[in-house]
Amino acid sequence: MTDFLHIKNIRKTFPGVVALDDVSFSVARAEIHTLLGENGAGKSTLMNVLTGLYHPDRGEISIAGERVHFTSPRDSLAYGIGMVHQHFMLVPAHSVFENILLALENVPNFFNRKKYQEKIQNLIDEFDLDLDLDTPVWKLSIGAQQWIELIKLLMRDCQLLILDEPTAVLTPQEADRLFAVLRRLKEQGKSIIFISHKMREVMEISDRVTILKKGCSLETLNRGDFDESRLASLMIGQDKIPQWQKTLQMSDQVVLDIQGLSVRNERGLSDLDNFNLSLKKGEILGIAGVAGNGQKALAEVLTGLKNTNQGRIMAGDKDITNSNARYSYIAGIAHIPEDRKTIGIAPDMSIDDNLIMKSFKSGLFRNWIFQNKRAIRRNAAEKIAQFAIKTGPDGTPVRYLSGGNIQKVIIARELSEHPAVLVALYPTRGLDIGSAEYVHKVIADGAHRGMSTILIAEDLDELLKLSDRIAVMFRGKLIGYVDPRKTTREEIGLMMSGETPGATT
Amino acid sequence: MLEILLDATVRAGTPILFATLGAIINERAGIINLGIEGLMLIGALAGFSGTYLSGSLLVGVLAAFCATFAAGSIHAFITVQLRGNQIVSGLALTMFGIGITALFGKEMVGQTIVGFKRLAIPGFSQIPIIGRAFFNQDLLIYFSFLLVFLIWFFFYRTRWGLGVRSVGENPAAADTCGFSVSKYRFLAVSTGSGLVGIGGAYLSLASTPMWIENMSAGRGWIAVALVIFAGWSSPKAMLGAYLFGGITAMQLRFQAMGTTVSAHILQMLPYFFTILVLVISTLRLQKGASQQPEGLGLPYDREDRK
Amino acid sequence: MKLVIERREISSALLRFSAPIASIAVALFVAGFLLLASGVSPLAAYKEIIIESLGSLYGLSETLVKTTPLIFAGLGVSLAFRMQIWNIGAEGQIYVGAMGATWVALFSGIQNHWLMMTAMFFAAFFCGGLWAGVAGFLRARWRVNEVIVTLLMNYIAILWVDYLIYGPWKDPKGFNFPLTAQFGDAARLAEYFNTRMHSGFFLALFCALLLYLFIERTVWGYEIKVIGSNQKAAQYAGMNTGIAIFFVLFLSGAIAGLAGFSEVAGLQHRLQHGLSPGYGYTAIIIAWLAKRSAIGVVIVSFLMGVLLVGGDSLQLLWQLPVAFVYAFQGLILFFLLASDFFIIYRVKRVKGIAHA
Repeated sequence: MTDFLHIKNIRKTFPGVVALDDVSFSVARAEIHTLLGENGAGKSTLMNVLTGLYHPDRGEISIAGERVHFTSPRDSLAYGIGMVHQHFMLVPAHSVFENILLALENVPNFFNRKKYQEKIQNLIDEFDLDLDLDTPVWKLSIGAQQWIELIKLLMRDCQLLILDEPTAVLTPQEADRLFAVLRRLKEQGKSIIFISHKMREVMEISDRVTILKKGCSLETLNRGDFDESRLASLMIGQDKIPQWQKTLQMSDQVVLDIQGLSVRNERGLSDLDNFNLSLKKGEILGIAGVAGNGQKALAEVLTGLKNTNQGRIMAGDKDITNSNARYSYIAGIAHIPEDRKTIGIAPDMSIDDNLIMKSFKSGLFRNWIFQNKRAIRRNAAEKIAQFAIKTGPDGTPVRYLSGGNIQKVIIARELSEHPAVLVALYPTRGLDIGSAEYVHKVIADGAHRGMSTILIAEDLDELLKLSDRIAVMFRGKLIGYVDPRKTTREEIGLMMSGETPGATT
Repeated sequence: MLEILLDATVRAGTPILFATLGAIINERAGIINLGIEGLMLIGALAGFSGTYLSGSLLVGVLAAFCATFAAGSIHAFITVQLRGNQIVSGLALTMFGIGITALFGKEMVGQTIVGFKRLAIPGFSQIPIIGRAFFNQDLLIYFSFLLVFLIWFFFYRTRWGLGVRSVGENPAAADTCGFSVSKYRFLAVSTGSGLVGIGGAYLSLASTPMWIENMSAGRGWIAVALVIFAGWSSPKAMLGAYLFGGITAMQLRFQAMGTTVSAHILQMLPYFFTILVLVISTLRLQKGASQQPEGLGLPYDREDRK
Repeated sequence: MKLVIERREISSALLRFSAPIASIAVALFVAGFLLLASGVSPLAAYKEIIIESLGSLYGLSETLVKTTPLIFAGLGVSLAFRMQIWNIGAEGQIYVGAMGATWVALFSGIQNHWLMMTAMFFAAFFCGGLWAGVAGFLRARWRVNEVIVTLLMNYIAILWVDYLIYGPWKDPKGFNFPLTAQFGDAARLAEYFNTRMHSGFFLALFCALLLYLFIERTVWGYEIKVIGSNQKAAQYAGMNTGIAIFFVLFLSGAIAGLAGFSEVAGLQHRLQHGLSPGYGYTAIIIAWLAKRSAIGVVIVSFLMGVLLVGGDSLQLLWQLPVAFVYAFQGLILFFLLASDFFIIYRVKRVKGIAHA
């Protein structure tokens, strides 16, 4: 095997964070090389260094034996490195054709439209993909958008393809199709870096695996030298994933009942389509589904950020669909948002101010129209101690805190009023293990007190570990419920691709 | 009567058309330019001085383009290279334009030049009603017709145009595809500003061949609003600009007819209608698929961590 | 070698403090060339500006006279800035504020001084507020761009005041000049030291103090700050951002409208053409330079007052157009924006490769 890419001792820091500490590994021609690591292990940063988006603070990158320094994506593309990002680098308003054309080199300014359309169509046909060149990208499914990204790289004749968690947005069936294509590319002699934390896929497709942990490359294993449990133990550093002792404490009392809910987005497409769901008191209800199948809309409706087009939401026997009652009810819902920096916090304000965002009007924190600064400070000190939040000096804007600490600030605020219902979207995304465990514990503790939780997550393990029931969503519909103690990954996988299961509970 | 009104519409709409087209190029690349008003003034003064000093209208137009290209480059440098606030930088450009033209225009006040003359296109100019308005005009107006098409062609049929649209929609995507976001944005801003300058020059070389302090009188702001009305498309910009030309033409007509309505009230009409049109087009924008470039107003920082 | 831009970890307080001063200095330097180009010695001009505005008690009083409307308008604009709302319409709000106060002064028939003052004050307050409130309503209800609306409304306001003073409100004994009749004594603010300085100045300072307390100490101020920092987060915390946007633009316009009150009641004693020489635009710079602090607004307003008084004397001495001050203000803003960049980022050199 000849090495195509060789990386040595890469380090990259951001203000206050060491994203990559010391990373070395190499990728051969005609190899599928997996980078395995938890969220926050530095996989994405490493890839951004490889594609020239970030400049490493130190370290060496060589391509086919030649030492290189990338200062922009153009540099790395010139060396044949192409990447399918987790967040697609597509222009939604442009057509498929324009998006692909954008990525091509050496297109003359006054280009021959027909010639290029033919060229691209040929490639689409070769891999037997279903893509119409004139459709604007925003109308396409996430899976189809990923094909565009891949075609872009193939059109440019990239030698090293990097795929950053490509299957996170795919159904298992779509993923299988992707793997078939990747294998064919490997046969053509391409190098592929595959990033994932799904063990099953890693086992299936990798020739070699390099494990990343806390910004360091831990070890590289050849096919045959690794199995799921060895990889998991290397990645997490423990031999067993701890199992929560679930005490089944949910009653039959329904606290929230959603019937026939439909929501359309600004593009006029259905985010939720005749969606049903019922949440019982004291339960943790997991929502499984491939990202982009309506989870976000569901959370937004429940927290009052979005209006419904159709359907009913009942809280107990009160109809709260679109009345003011919904807002007052929603005020009692705690919400851990998906994108904490965009909607969870006021980044320029201090922790003190952020912690009272939902309760600033309460008598605790004000005297007539004036804020009670002393009470606000006392509250912050309490919460900082209780949730072990690491902060800077008093008054530091929360934007300077780490992701995990920002999440703690949000959770501290949301749970401080002992809500009856918690809606948590991807609450552990991007957190280190310690913080993630802590978040799990807080949610489980809440359930003990009778709080009902809707937990939306992409990691099946997380859902299986925490939930009392799991509801599976597909294209804005509820496919069915499964019992996490009895179900299999295969069953959930099938339901995530829209197949109605035989056995619902 | 209709013929004359239509003719006046085109003549009054042309400076706004140039300015709107220039602003569209700016915004397509993702940069808001609130300096349009100031740029028009710079263009008007540069155009007038160029023609006054050289005796050539062409030199005047080129001077207007170059001067506003340079002034627009200040905005481009601050917003693209230095990632400064686009709104503040644009306002600064307008203030700068008002001030500097007042300062350097002192000597040009009261001077006269021979402005653009009508040039009838044989045959076409005889067409009833629209012949006079569209085929018996000056060269700059013919140029504006051509420009509307050229800009459309540039955006939808050339790679550079695709690049400009892409850095405005999703700069990160354009960047990963190897397009230099800063280069495209910078050139779009400065070239767009240059076109705005020609709009200004139309005021001082064709509409009224003289230099008057602050002669753009808010047309730049109307152009900024028209960009939204036009949905960032050049053919619709033409429609919008002539709509305003029409209102202005009618207002002047009313005054000429000796109406009892105060001139001050009539002069409010274009501003009032601009607000109305802005409200309507904003409403329309929110209903249908939005044509607004998604990266509009956002500086691009490659290392911004999400 | 290649230049690479990097975000600073935490920007130093020294940099943040010195940046505005440095940008004014650089703007002065560059403006010097503009002056040279129009045949005026920059040093002489700058000396003239300082002497005229600060060199005598009279000069100082004139500076304070100009500072007064700037404080009001600057406070108004900076309040909206706090919520990331752009009120570019302070100029128009000054005009309608003045119009409201004038209407009370001329047509209400109130004789009592304090009653009259109160009525004029609130007339200006509500006129300015409602004028900006239109933009606030459009923005809150339909997300119509408030920059363009507030700006275009300036033109409408100025034309409306022109309509009044050329038409129905014209002073019959005014030799056909575009101005209203003079106000009675009841409608005039107190003047001091035999200069044109009037009690509007103290009202402006008081207003700054109130606004400071409002923003930093009250529940509403807290809400405005949260919305300004992150509107989505505010919505999700249950705040009604629509009402807040309307309210803030209303208040912003109302405060700017007070500048109109203080101008007609304290200084001009009538409504006339060219009532404000662009105080509303200068206010934008003041708000930006002051970095949203109410005390900053007072300080920067004074600096701008110096500049305006100096600009007037340059006009008398060398026939420089008053609008020259705008060019200078534009330059300050340019350099301020540029200096912001160096506060947030640093430029570093790295090894680069030859491009393929």
